[in-house]
Amino acid sequence: MGKTLAEKVWETHLVRRGQGHEPDLLYIDLHLVHEVTSPQAFEGLRLADRSVRRPDLTLATEDHNVPTTGVNLPIADPTSRTQVDTLRSNCEEFGVPLYPMGDAEQGIVHVVGPQLGLTQPGATVVCGDSHTSTHGAFGALAFGIGTSEVEHVLATQTLPLRPFRTMAINIEGSLRPGVTSKDVILAVIARIGTGGGQGYVLEYRGSAVEEMSMEARMTMCNMSIEAGARAGMIAPDETTFEYLRDRPRAPEGSEWDTAVEYWRSLRTDDDATFDAEVTIDADELTPFVTWGTNPGQGLPLSENVPAPEDIADSEQRYATEKALDYMGLKGGVPLREVTVDTVFLGSCTNGRIEDLRTAAELLRDRKVATDVRMLVVPGSMKVREQAEQEGLHEVFTTAGAEWRAAGCSMCLGMNPDQLTPGERSASTSNRNFEGRQGKGGRTHLVSPVVAAATAVRGTLSSPEDL
Amino acid sequence: MEPFTSHTGVGVPLRRSNVDTDQIIPAVYLKRVARTGFEDALFAAWRSDENFILNSEPFRSGSVLVAGPDFGTGSSREHAVWALKDYGFRVVISARFADIFRGNAGKQGLLAAECDQSDVELIWKLLENEPGTPVTVDLEQRTIRVKDLTVSFGIDDYTRWRLLEGFDDIGLTMREAEAIATFEESRPSFAPSTAPAPTE
Repeated sequence: MGKTLAEKVWETHLVRRGQGHEPDLLYIDLHLVHEVTSPQAFEGLRLADRSVRRPDLTLATEDHNVPTTGVNLPIADPTSRTQVDTLRSNCEEFGVPLYPMGDAEQGIVHVVGPQLGLTQPGATVVCGDSHTSTHGAFGALAFGIGTSEVEHVLATQTLPLRPFRTMAINIEGSLRPGVTSKDVILAVIARIGTGGGQGYVLEYRGSAVEEMSMEARMTMCNMSIEAGARAGMIAPDETTFEYLRDRPRAPEGSEWDTAVEYWRSLRTDDDATFDAEVTIDADELTPFVTWGTNPGQGLPLSENVPAPEDIADSEQRYATEKALDYMGLKGGVPLREVTVDTVFLGSCTNGRIEDLRTAAELLRDRKVATDVRMLVVPGSMKVREQAEQEGLHEVFTTAGAEWRAAGCSMCLGMNPDQLTPGERSASTSNRNFEGRQGKGGRTHLVSPVVAAATAVRGTLSSPEDL
Repeated sequence: MEPFTSHTGVGVPLRRSNVDTDQIIPAVYLKRVARTGFEDALFAAWRSDENFILNSEPFRSGSVLVAGPDFGTGSSREHAVWALKDYGFRVVISARFADIFRGNAGKQGLLAAECDQSDVELIWKLLENEPGTPVTVDLEQRTIRVKDLTVSFGIDDYTRWRLLEGFDDIGLTMREAEAIATFEESRPSFAPSTAPAPTE
């Protein structure tokens, strides 16, 4: 019987197949590290007198804590500064390469890996960060791990794991103009729920996926975790190879040819079967936004905030009431009439150059509404550099938005970029949990083009509303 | 890791589904570099509400958390497990756990016991009718006992074995050093490398 893409990558990384109730032992090709989930792992190594087995397969960057203004100054918050300093001393001590704040290559770990060409088809990629699923867009098996596992990978370059189940997400047809991969993934999560993907690798397939750019694919794989999935994957194709060619860490010369030949074999066989399948009609999709406090609580922008009294299931009704209460929303109100205070464009979900281009195109010759602040935070310093070469920063600042340095920023508010209690945002990030962007903050997840249109009108909007 | 065989403690009914790890421990508490001392951070936002269940006796000293489905979704932060353990929880019961949270719990000796939502409902009622009711979770038998009610829970065999024995994963994997070295010899030469530092 044929194999799925995920099964192929799994099998080529088996150090040892588990016997009986034992898990398999899986080799890890690339381990990405950042300051938040690594200090306790390095400390564990020190206590056990262990070293990093493969510093040459490990790369660290500073992203979660870093301020996005004054990046050449010391970090003002002493606890953030200590955490970043700890990463630097750990990398020094254990020989791990690091892109620190202010470095031309610094950025969000899931933006840096792909742009360097380190994320390659068929590889296994892990990081102490749930959005590691991003890298699956290249046909890599990539997933987030906890700090104990970070320590495990640092020490052994392997992880003991049980095989994941596989789910096909077939996205057939073509997306309409103004509808993006962000809308697709929000619709997928709303369909299967925040737990629907648990234990699964989602493989995104179908004509709409084949038509997507690499960056659009990364956005979709990035949010696989919001459906509870271990990973998201897309079979590599010409789009993938073109993206990777000539990247600093991509193979060169005859190595490139050998690699591409192998990468072409990384497709789910025609006679393979998935453990589950979901089909989405791309032609039917419209811009999608969240109204609640988990990423599964989303609806097309054209609809109304759900009314709890219309919900029959009591648990669901209770969850909806709780969410609306937190969000300060009334059931039945059109989503298009919800006013926002802040627009955040950035994050490992939507902080890449295409995201900035899309938003800038809409903002050109327009203004951000007077009562709205808009933050534009590139996913990496390379993205920032590219955007400045294209003059996008001028479009943003002329429109009235703030142009910042790279980092996770307001996606999770570990740096000074936070919402205040009751403040409402339209955000291109990945989580609308209570307090995610700052204590008491209210988040609506949107695509970059919806973010830009919302910034102009001051209420949740798509370009056609302008 | 200390072996876990069975535990009896005050059960805390948390009637919430989708308890994500941002709720278990908000990001602002993730800046610490130590591995202990996170008890004050557990459910920090919810605990600022005086009506939150952990703010009332006898739940304040609970050690078995009984939550709605999809517990531990979202961020991979192992701090969520550390915070639960530092506060005093030894067991979380839910109908469904997020994968990364479940994995982290298993590494740290926090038992993530999965049982049917209908059983969770029964346990909730017992704990709410008589606050302070002890819950006994027996890992050998895979059972949860509350008063006259006994229900079984699910956990994978390997995690159960490791918890019962108190084994730490890295030590177990280190025994495979030879197999890892052999595997490394077979890796393709085009596989990614982060070293030496890129030359620009």
